[in-house]
Amino acid sequence: MPSPTSGFDRAGGASIGAPLGTPVKVTQGSRTKGGVGESTLRPDGTLKVTGEFAYSSDLWHEDMLWGQILRSTVAHAEIVSLDTSEALATPGVYAVMTYDDLPTDVKHYGLEIQDTPVLAHGKVRHHGEPVAIVAADHPETARRAAAKIKVEYRELPVITDEASATAPDAILVHENRDDHHVGHVPHPNIVHRQPIVRGDADAAAGRADVVVRGEYTFGMQDQAFLGPESGLAVPEEDGGVHLYIATQWLHSDLRQIAPVLGLPENKVRMTLAGVGGAFGGREDLSMQIHACLLALRTGKPVKIVYNRFESFFGHVHRHPAKLFYEHGATRDGKLTHVKCRIVLDGGAYASASPAVVGNASSLGIGPYVVDDVDIEAIALYTNNPPCGAMRGFGAVQACFAYEAQMDKVAKELGLDPVEFRQRNAMEQGALLPTGQRVDSPAPVAELLRRVKAMPLPPERQWESSEGADVRQLPGGLSNTTHGEGVVRGIGYAVGIKNVGFSEGFDDYSTAKVRMEVVAGEPVATVHTAMAEVGQGGVTVHAQIARTELGVAQVTIHPANTEVGSAGSTSASRQTYVTGGAVKNSCELVREKVLEIGRRRFGSHHPAWATAELLLEGGKVVTDGGEVLADLVDVLADEAVEVEAQWRHRPTEPFDLRTGQGNGHVQYSFAAHRAVVEVDTELGLVKVIELACAQDVGKALNPLSVIGQIQGGTTQGLGVAVMEEIIVDPKTAKVRNPSFTDYLIPTILDTPTIPVDVLELADDHAPYGLRGIGEAPTLSSTPAVLAAIRNATGLELDRTPVRPEHLTGT
Amino acid sequence: MDFLRPASWEEALAAKAEHPTAVPIAGGTDVMVEINFDHRRPEYLLDLNRVGDLYEWEVGQDSVRLGASVPYSRIMESLRAELPGLALASHTVASPQIRNRGGVGGNLGTASPAGDAHPALLAAGAEVEAESVRGSRRIPIDAFYTGVKRNALAPDELIRAVHVKKADGPQQYSKVGTRNAMVIAVCAFGLALHPETRTVRTGIGSAAPTPVRARTAEEFLEAALEEDGFWDNGKIITPSVAKQFADLCAAACNPIDDVRGTARYRRHAVGVMARRTLTWTWESYRGARRASKGAA
Repeated sequence: MPSPTSGFDRAGGASIGAPLGTPVKVTQGSRTKGGVGESTLRPDGTLKVTGEFAYSSDLWHEDMLWGQILRSTVAHAEIVSLDTSEALATPGVYAVMTYDDLPTDVKHYGLEIQDTPVLAHGKVRHHGEPVAIVAADHPETARRAAAKIKVEYRELPVITDEASATAPDAILVHENRDDHHVGHVPHPNIVHRQPIVRGDADAAAGRADVVVRGEYTFGMQDQAFLGPESGLAVPEEDGGVHLYIATQWLHSDLRQIAPVLGLPENKVRMTLAGVGGAFGGREDLSMQIHACLLALRTGKPVKIVYNRFESFFGHVHRHPAKLFYEHGATRDGKLTHVKCRIVLDGGAYASASPAVVGNASSLGIGPYVVDDVDIEAIALYTNNPPCGAMRGFGAVQACFAYEAQMDKVAKELGLDPVEFRQRNAMEQGALLPTGQRVDSPAPVAELLRRVKAMPLPPERQWESSEGADVRQLPGGLSNTTHGEGVVRGIGYAVGIKNVGFSEGFDDYSTAKVRMEVVAGEPVATVHTAMAEVGQGGVTVHAQIARTELGVAQVTIHPANTEVGSAGSTSASRQTYVTGGAVKNSCELVREKVLEIGRRRFGSHHPAWATAELLLEGGKVVTDGGEVLADLVDVLADEAVEVEAQWRHRPTEPFDLRTGQGNGHVQYSFAAHRAVVEVDTELGLVKVIELACAQDVGKALNPLSVIGQIQGGTTQGLGVAVMEEIIVDPKTAKVRNPSFTDYLIPTILDTPTIPVDVLELADDHAPYGLRGIGEAPTLSSTPAVLAAIRNATGLELDRTPVRPEHLTGT
Repeated sequence: MDFLRPASWEEALAAKAEHPTAVPIAGGTDVMVEINFDHRRPEYLLDLNRVGDLYEWEVGQDSVRLGASVPYSRIMESLRAELPGLALASHTVASPQIRNRGGVGGNLGTASPAGDAHPALLAAGAEVEAESVRGSRRIPIDAFYTGVKRNALAPDELIRAVHVKKADGPQQYSKVGTRNAMVIAVCAFGLALHPETRTVRTGIGSAAPTPVRARTAEEFLEAALEEDGFWDNGKIITPSVAKQFADLCAAACNPIDDVRGTARYRRHAVGVMARRTLTWTWESYRGARRASKGAA
C-alpha cells in the first residue's frame, strides 16, 4: 500500500504570510532570545505527551475522602421525597448532604444570573441535575452510597423547544425570575432577547433582485475536553478551605463559591490544578462547591473526579440553535438586506446564554457590509441540558447559517461563491449592524483570496497500482468503497468573531512581575491567575517577559488567587488581556529598574539621562546598542516587583431595542476552503483538506498559533460531520453520554490543514496581536457543509450531517 | 467483586463450574466498559489472561483453530491469507491499543449484534469450541447467537477457540461507522465465496437483534451463479443479479432506530455493501481464475 498522507502537516503545510499592513514596532527585545515572535516550546508539552503531566484528576492528599454526586434520572420533576438514611448508614460514609444542609442563605450560583441551585430544591429541571452529595473513604463506597439515596419524583411535562417554551400554558422553567433580563423578554421562558435593527430591511427588500430564505438547525456540540471535571478541597485551620481545581477562571469561581460556604473570599484559597482542556466547558462551576461543602462538613480533604459519563452531565454544552434567514441581493452581487431570527436553546439554567445571544445577534450577518438589517436572537429556558460557553460562543451557530445563505444567494445570481463574498466583504472602517465602526484591519476578501489560491489536493488519491488504498477513501479501513459512489466537493466559508468580553464588561487582567538576581543571573517571575487550559498562555507570558525585560530566565508562578483576577481563559482573550497585563507590568518593572540604574550609575555615562534605554540580553543598553550596565549590577540585591491591572478599551452594552452600541473591542477573521470526498451511496464523508487563512495581527508564538488554528478547525469539522449530543425530545434525556456514541474526530478523520497566517497589526492591541483561538472554529463547519453540498447537490440545512441525511434514509 | 485468576485452562473451567455467574475477562474491551459505566457489577471476574493456550492458533488442513484470546492485531498480521474476511474485520476494531488486547472470544462471549467479528465468522463458516468440566463441544456459528447479547453457551462453559474454515475463495468485509476509526458499527456486512462447494455465505452485523446470515440472498445468488455457469465461465455478474442479491440482503435485516443510525439507513447501507462486496469478491474470483488459467 502507498504510505498514508493524511494527518497534520505541521511544518510543511503552514506558513506565515507576508504582512500587508505596517508591522508593529517592537523596540524592546529584538536582541533577546526566546522572546515575542519565536516558536519557543511550551514548558508543559513534553510532560503532556509522555503522560507525566499532573492533571486535576491526579490530585491526592493523605486521608482524603472521595465525593460523589447523585444526579436526577429525569429531566423535569418535583422531588416528592428524599431519603438519605440508608446512604448515611453505609460504613465508610462520612457525610451526605442535600439542599437542606446548605450552610447559608446563598444556595444558588451562576455566571451572570444566580439561578442554579447548588443542590436541587424541590424540583429538578434537567436530566443529570445534582440532587445530593456524598463523601466516603473510597470512591466506590461513595458511589454505592449515593445509589442508596431514595428520591421520589413526580414528573412534569418537559419544555424542549420554542413552541413548548412559549405556549400560552407553558410551565415556567423558573417560576420567580428577578434577574435583569426578565423585564425585556417576551416570555419568562426566554432568558434574553436581543434585537439589532439598522436601516430599513423591509424597504431594502424591495430593491432586491433575488431573495433567498433558509431555515437551519445546529446540533448540540460538547466541548469533549479529555480531562474530566475534578478537584481537591482541603479544609484549613482558620476555618477556610483551599481548593485545587481545573477551571477557566479562578476568581469567577471564587466569587460564586465563597457566599455559598458562608466564608469571606480570603478564606477560600484557590490554586489552579492541571487542566485537561476546557473550550468553554469550565466557565461554569461543576464540582467546586460540592467538594468544598463536603470538606468543611467532614474536616477532611475531599476529592471529586467525574467519570466520562458524568462529565457529559457536569458541564454546559454549545447551544443548539434554529436559525431563520432571509438574504436579498441585486443582480450585480451586492447584498440589499438581511433578516434573521436565531433561537438558541439555553437549557435549564442561564449560564452564559445572555452573552451568547449578544454575540449571535451582533455578529449574525457575518463579516459583510449590509446597511439594512433586522436581527433577533433569543435564548430559551427549557428542560434540555444547560448550554453555555463553547469556543465560538454564538458566532459559530450564526456563521453556519449565514454562510449557507451566502452560497445560496451566489447560486441564485450565478456568481462564484468566493467572488460574491468578496463583493460584500467588510473592510477596515465598515459599520457593523450595531453601528460600531471596525477600526482595525478586516482583511475578509484577502483571506478568501488566499485560501482559494492554495493548490488543491490531487484527485483520486486512493488509486494505486495495487488497487484502491481505502485509507484515502470515505470509510477508511472500514472498507466500504473502493471508489464507487465517491464524489469530490469544494466549499468556502469565512467568519467573524469578537475577541474579549463585550457589552460593557470590565474585562481586565492582573499581572505581578518580579525581577531580581538569582544565582548571579537576572530572573523575572510572572505571577497571574490565568488558567492555563492548554492554550499556551504560560509559554507566551515567558516570551513577553523576555522581550520586555531582556532576561533569559523567566519563572512562571503557579496560578492562584493570591494575585488579582486574570479574567477568563475564553473569548480568545488571554494573550490579549493577560498578555497585555504581563507586558504592562513588565514595562513598569523596567522603568523601576532603569530608575535604580540611573540612581546607581547615572553619573558614569551621559546616555543614562539622554538616550532611550532598553533591557536586552541581561543588560541595560541604549537604543543605539551601547551597553551601559549589567542587570546583575543594577539590581544587586534589590528585587523589583509590580502588580498591576490592565484593561483593553471599554465597550458598551447594546441598546435593548435597537441593538446599537460599541459592544465589541476586537474581531478575529478566518476563512476556510474544505475539500471533501463523499460516498454518495452510503452517505459517508472524508474531509480531504481544510485549508485556513487567518489574520492574527501578530503571531507571538507562530507554532502555537498554527496549533490553535488547526485545533479550532478540527473542532469545527467535528460538528460538521459527527459531534452531537442527542436529546430525546419526548423525555429531554441525553441519549449518548459517552465517547462510544458521542464521536469526536480521530487522527484518521483529521485532514491536512494548511494554514496561511496574516499579520496585520491591530494598533490598539499589545504587539498588534489579535485573539485567535475561536475564529477557525467558525468557518470550518460551514466550509465542510458547503463542500458536501457541492459534492451531493443536496440542501443540507442542519449540522452535523449524518449518513441518513445524505442518503435520504 | 472477586477476581479469579486461574493459572491454567483446567483451573479456569473449575472456577467457572464453581461460579457459573463469573464473567470471563481477557482483553476487557466490552467487560471493562460495562464495569466502568456501572452497567454491570459481576460477583466474580474470571481473568483468562494467564491461560497462555488461548493466545495460540493452529492452521490445519481445512480450518484454522483460533484461540479465543488471539488479539485482532495478530489475526491481521498472521492470518490474512487463511482468514481474509476476519482479517478485514479485525482492521475495523477500535484502535491499535485495543486490537492488541481484544480477541474473537470476547466478541462471541458478549454476542452483541455490533461485534465486528460476527459477520466475517458467519460468512466464512465457523464453529465455536466451548468447554466445561463436563466436556467439550463445538457449536456451529449459525446456532451460536440466540438473542440480543445472548449466545448458546451453558453457564459453566467457556469459549476456548473458534474453528474457522480456511478461505477457498475471495472474502470481503465492510463496516459503516460515522467516523474513520474507533467506531461501533452502524451496520456491517461480510461475504465469502466458496468455489469448492459452489456456495456463498453472508453475515450481517448491527442490523438485527443478532448477527444474521441473509440466507435467501445466498440461495438466490447460488442459483443464479449455477444457472448460467458463472463459476465455470467467470463472466461478469449482471447488474440485475447484483441488485437482487443486494435487495435480498437488505430484506434480511431487522434493524432498529437508535442513536447510531436509523433502521432505514441500516437496511439501505447493507444493500449497498452487499452489492459492492459481491462485485469485489467476484472480480477477485475472476482474476484468480484467469491467473490460474494463464499459469496452466
